Amino acid sequence: MASTLAEKIIAEHVGRGVRPGEIVITGIDVAALQDGTGPLALMQLEELDLVRAHNPAGTVLFIDHAAPSPRKELSNAHNSLRAFASRTGAVLSDINEGVCHQRLVEGFASPGDILIGADSHSCTAGALAAFATGMGSTDVAIGIATGRTWLKVPETVRVIMNGTFKPGVFAKDLILKLIGDIGADGATYMALEFSGPLAAALTMAERFTLANMAVEAGAKTGLLAADEITRKFLAAQGREKDFRPLAADGGAAYARTIEIDAKALEPLVAAPHTVDNTKTVAAAAGRKVDQVFIGTCTNGRIEDLRIAAQVLEGRRRHQQTRLIVTPASRSVYIQAAREGLLETFAEAGASVTGPGCGACVGVHGGVLGDGEVCVSTQNRNFQGRMGNAEAFIYLASPATAAASAIVGEITDPREFIK
Amino acid sequence: MILRGKVWKFGDNISTDHIAPGRYFHLRTNLPELAKHVLEDANPDFASQMQPGDFIVAGRNFGLGSSREHAPRIISLAGAGAVLAPSFARIFFRNSINVGLPVLELDTSGINQGDQLEVDFEAGSVKNITTGETLSFRPLPPVMVKILGDGGIVAHFKKYRDFNLET
Ligand code: SF4
Repeated sequence: MASTLAEKIIAEHVGRGVRPGEIVITGIDVAALQDGTGPLALMQLEELDLVRAHNPAGTVLFIDHAAPSPRKELSNAHNSLRAFASRTGAVLSDINEGVCHQRLVEGFASPGDILIGADSHSCTAGALAAFATGMGSTDVAIGIATGRTWLKVPETVRVIMNGTFKPGVFAKDLILKLIGDIGADGATYMALEFSGPLAAALTMAERFTLANMAVEAGAKTGLLAADEITRKFLAAQGREKDFRPLAADGGAAYARTIEIDAKALEPLVAAPHTVDNTKTVAAAAGRKVDQVFIGTCTNGRIEDLRIAAQVLEGRRRHQQTRLIVTPASRSVYIQAAREGLLETFAEAGASVTGPGCGACVGVHGGVLGDGEVCVSTQNRNFQGRMGNAEAFIYLASPATAAASAIVGEITDPREFIK
Repeated sequence: MILRGKVWKFGDNISTDHIAPGRYFHLRTNLPELAKHVLEDANPDFASQMQPGDFIVAGRNFGLGSSREHAPRIISLAGAGAVLAPSFARIFFRNSINVGLPVLELDTSGINQGDQLEVDFEAGSVKNITTGETLSFRPLPPVMVKILGDGGIVAHFKKYRDFNLET
């Protein structure tokens, strides 16, 4: 039976062929919690009298959303995660390490894995051909204690990507275009599988950006095949042994096939307050911007920082536009320092922060004021997302964000990229 | 089980940031306190004025966004009888069943703010006492009926000490 990537990974785990719609109980390889969802998961384990980790090496606790802690309640929550890790042998990724999804792909997720995380963007690891999905605290708690979860085998939507990006257009623009076209619920309960000639050519950073935002179309996961580019990425993390090639079978059945021609794409933004409210940058241009945020699990990788630095090199932020740059992980931070990017950002007038979620979730480090407009490289722009329901968030690529910081208005990056 | 209550009407795409705003991140370990802010950014009167048993009636894709299970938990804790919407985001839907919050899929376009509803869970029907209209909601998938019937996933697990999802 020809299988999609999602079907193939689940079938391997349950030891038989599976069909979309079927309910399976499956083993899991990696389970993740973060500091917003983790404390509740640990309370549930106590409630269940199951305070243990079935597979400590595959259980990872991230302190990333409020890192370093801005208040005592969160400091205490952090300590509950640290205590669980030392009690069970689970892996702790403390305040210096970075955003969970970046850390998961650097150090934990591998092709063919099933990964569950108590964070919706757990789908990011789908770019490594892992069936990676977000669940609630209790589901992940049970997964940690038992090593298993239940799943409905999803139908798959195939996204065939053709052509190449024009200068100034990036993977972020492509995924915004897709979500704008199919809607914020366009793939609910389904897996997205990105394929086609462009998929084979994309860097891992670009693939992570696509998979990361699968959930913004409602999808359970966003998958790409594991190929030579995947192997090189894992080798660079010292994990070549975790690589194996994995792809969908020819002739697999898809719920729907969507084709996207990258050549036809323009730089886009998602305007407030939904991710599917996409517009061309040209249509949104001129909107005054109070803050620009470059970072997150969507676009806080070294490749993203290089693009932003290229735009900002030798320039300064607009006097009335704050600029915050937050590398996604410690290794991204170190690499950016080595390449002189952090210096470029600081010279351009940016606040460069330690790795983590930073301003993304509205806890600290860049909460917006009433009526303010932010251009952010993050993945969602819901009302209240950055800590203020009276503020307005536009989502964009790192290039568009950097260009907007210079001009102080939403700006087409092609003015700065030749 | 039959529940009666008043309708609080919300629009499309009510996100988990509306339900459990990020600025109350520090209250995530204090659910009763967090529940005082439930849906505050979508309707500031809701948390203070709703009565136990009232219904949240919304547009499509309710609960989109983050995986925070706190969202259905504080809806439950605030006392809402159920959430009615034409469609739900996936993680929110699963979390709701896990925590024992009924989530009912039906066309809500004819239901208005302040209407009185009577929801008959066994019959799968929603009677709008205000307009006289009766609607039916889509049955839950059998596995979710089982988990909800056990009182949520924790109670399910306590009962069987394992998954027992055969239906
Ligand atoms: S960077 Fe933002 S979207 Fe990503 S995990 Fe952190 S809070 Fe969530």
